[in-house]
Amino acid sequence: MTATVHPPATAAEQFAHRPRSPLQRVQHLLHAHPAISPFLVLVLAFVVFSTVNPRFASPNSLSLVLQQVAVVAALAIGQTLIILTAGIDLSVGAVAILAMMVSAKTAQEQGMPGLLAIALGIAVGTAAGALNGLLVTRLKLPPFIVTLGTLSVFTALGLLYSAGRSVQGSDLPALLSWTGESFPVGQFRITRGVVLVVILYLVIGFALAKTAWGRHVYAVGDDLEASRLAGIRVNRVLLSVYTVAGLVYGITAWIIIGRAGAASPNAITDANLESITAVVIGGTSLFGGRGAVLGTALGALIVGFFRSGLSLAGVDDQYRVLAIGLLVILAVSMDQWIRKVKP
Amino acid sequence: MTVTTAQPADSSTPGRNDRTPVLSARGLVKSFGRVVGLDGVDLDLYPGEVLAVIGDNGAGKSTLIKCLTGALVPDAGQLLLDGRPVQFKRPQDARDVGIETVYQSLAVAPALDIASNLFLGRERRRPGVLGSVLRMLDHKGMRRSAAEALTSLGIGTLQNMSQAVETLSGGQRQAVSVARAAAFGSKVIVLDEPTAALGVKESNQVLRMIKEVRSRGLPVILISHNMPHVFEVADRIHIQRLGRSAGVITPSSHTMNEAVAIMTGATTLAETPGSVGAPAAAATPGPAEQDPAGDGRRPTPPRPEGHPS
Repeated sequence: MTATVHPPATAAEQFAHRPRSPLQRVQHLLHAHPAISPFLVLVLAFVVFSTVNPRFASPNSLSLVLQQVAVVAALAIGQTLIILTAGIDLSVGAVAILAMMVSAKTAQEQGMPGLLAIALGIAVGTAAGALNGLLVTRLKLPPFIVTLGTLSVFTALGLLYSAGRSVQGSDLPALLSWTGESFPVGQFRITRGVVLVVILYLVIGFALAKTAWGRHVYAVGDDLEASRLAGIRVNRVLLSVYTVAGLVYGITAWIIIGRAGAASPNAITDANLESITAVVIGGTSLFGGRGAVLGTALGALIVGFFRSGLSLAGVDDQYRVLAIGLLVILAVSMDQWIRKVKP
Repeated sequence: MTVTTAQPADSSTPGRNDRTPVLSARGLVKSFGRVVGLDGVDLDLYPGEVLAVIGDNGAGKSTLIKCLTGALVPDAGQLLLDGRPVQFKRPQDARDVGIETVYQSLAVAPALDIASNLFLGRERRRPGVLGSVLRMLDHKGMRRSAAEALTSLGIGTLQNMSQAVETLSGGQRQAVSVARAAAFGSKVIVLDEPTAALGVKESNQVLRMIKEVRSRGLPVILISHNMPHVFEVADRIHIQRLGRSAGVITPSSHTMNEAVAIMTGATTLAETPGSVGAPAAAATPGPAEQDPAGDGRRPTPPRPEGHPS
């Protein structure tokens, strides 16, 4: 056997194989597991807020946080799917409101049975999502423009259809506010809406991580042209993403009725930005192709923790707005840094 | 015609029919408005050979390759696969019959891992209910197959198949792309400028991979600007010039300088017929000379001796 002769490494080769600095290790770790940073922020927020005011960590307070974040967390699932494809959905709230008003009005005025009214609302949400998808894939318009337009269209339709009036929960079949009822889990009180949101997360998380459709969603957001050349039917994937997002918004409409005890066309006005905030704080990249719904769930919880924690600490609510704004900027900067990971 | 009928020296797949081209093109025409991309181009690819396509910018290399792989639909002309006419309307059609292309852009999704990229668009599902009902992917199996595919091409350096492609070097990314093509291509592999962005070491690795693919009997079409690379691995060289075929030479019949001269129009194949017993007539049969016996027999030029393979 002849011994292998290793030629002396050049200076460049030595430089290329230099050990990673601690900072680079962190970068690589976060690159491989992007949910770490929102998780750390969540833990940190929990520790700080429960130290400042021990009531923060009480089952009552935490149950309330869950109920408060449920709606935005649900909408943020659809938003995550669309942002993963390097798109954005500004019509989130408008679609959910339209679906909700269709459910409520048909149940109240046409006397539609509860189940049918809910199904109709979900169908309207799905159709609205599919319309967004068709505009993005067929007319090749940027998602920002498409959903900016449909934000106005769906908002107007929702207001016109409901004549701008709310429908009280007492006027609706019991099934429509079924999602608002709660049950005890130990000392916690969990609403059925929260359970529904968790199920949505599990289903979409599974589809993203374990199925070919999920791989294709990531690939399309990562590099559209490469995906096309690899044989992925890009437009079909995009259309499916917008449609599934619409389906999620339709289901969320049901959760909103339960949470608010009424169907109001002026509800969840901040849903668009709040859902995007949850996605971004959760570590999903606005440039597409990286992220996960787990991060989004953490992002939504972080926002909820800040709201509850700061109000229990007796701080003006504007500090929450300020803090969330800073978190968003921090999260996007982190994403930019992580994307620059070197081999 | 002084025809050499020597078989290619490659004996890895004995008994195969070397006479029928795996893929041939006849009279391909493609124009873009008033710009003529291809002006009646013929091309033959025989089993187990590396056919290089060279040409200056705008000579029609890319257009030719796109017509062969379904990325473009030719205006006129015919494609034959194993002697049977085929039509490709989109890249997927070519892929479905076993023609795999490694694009210059590599067509990889950088944030996805190696295994996901190797199986992108062709994911494998788990057996049983998990796969059929829940549509779960066989991540483990795909990772294992990906590792095997890379190792069989001599890329042992990539161990972790769940590594994101964006953390790989240029050569490693190229290796992933070539491995994907080699794993799924059953008829032809087309490589578009595979060494253009690579250093010397990494280029050599890609050239070794090309030879490895050829030794499996899989023919390769190689588009390249790099003459030393072309002359190192190609069995025959198709020269494109101004939308037409300027002739087919072999590394033993012509020198690099002669190839470049033909490519740039400084000379023609008729003026520079080359040497080493590979007559130009055999390498570039005109339409009238083709297949005189009508039995599908076409001369294949000899593989150069002492070819490093």
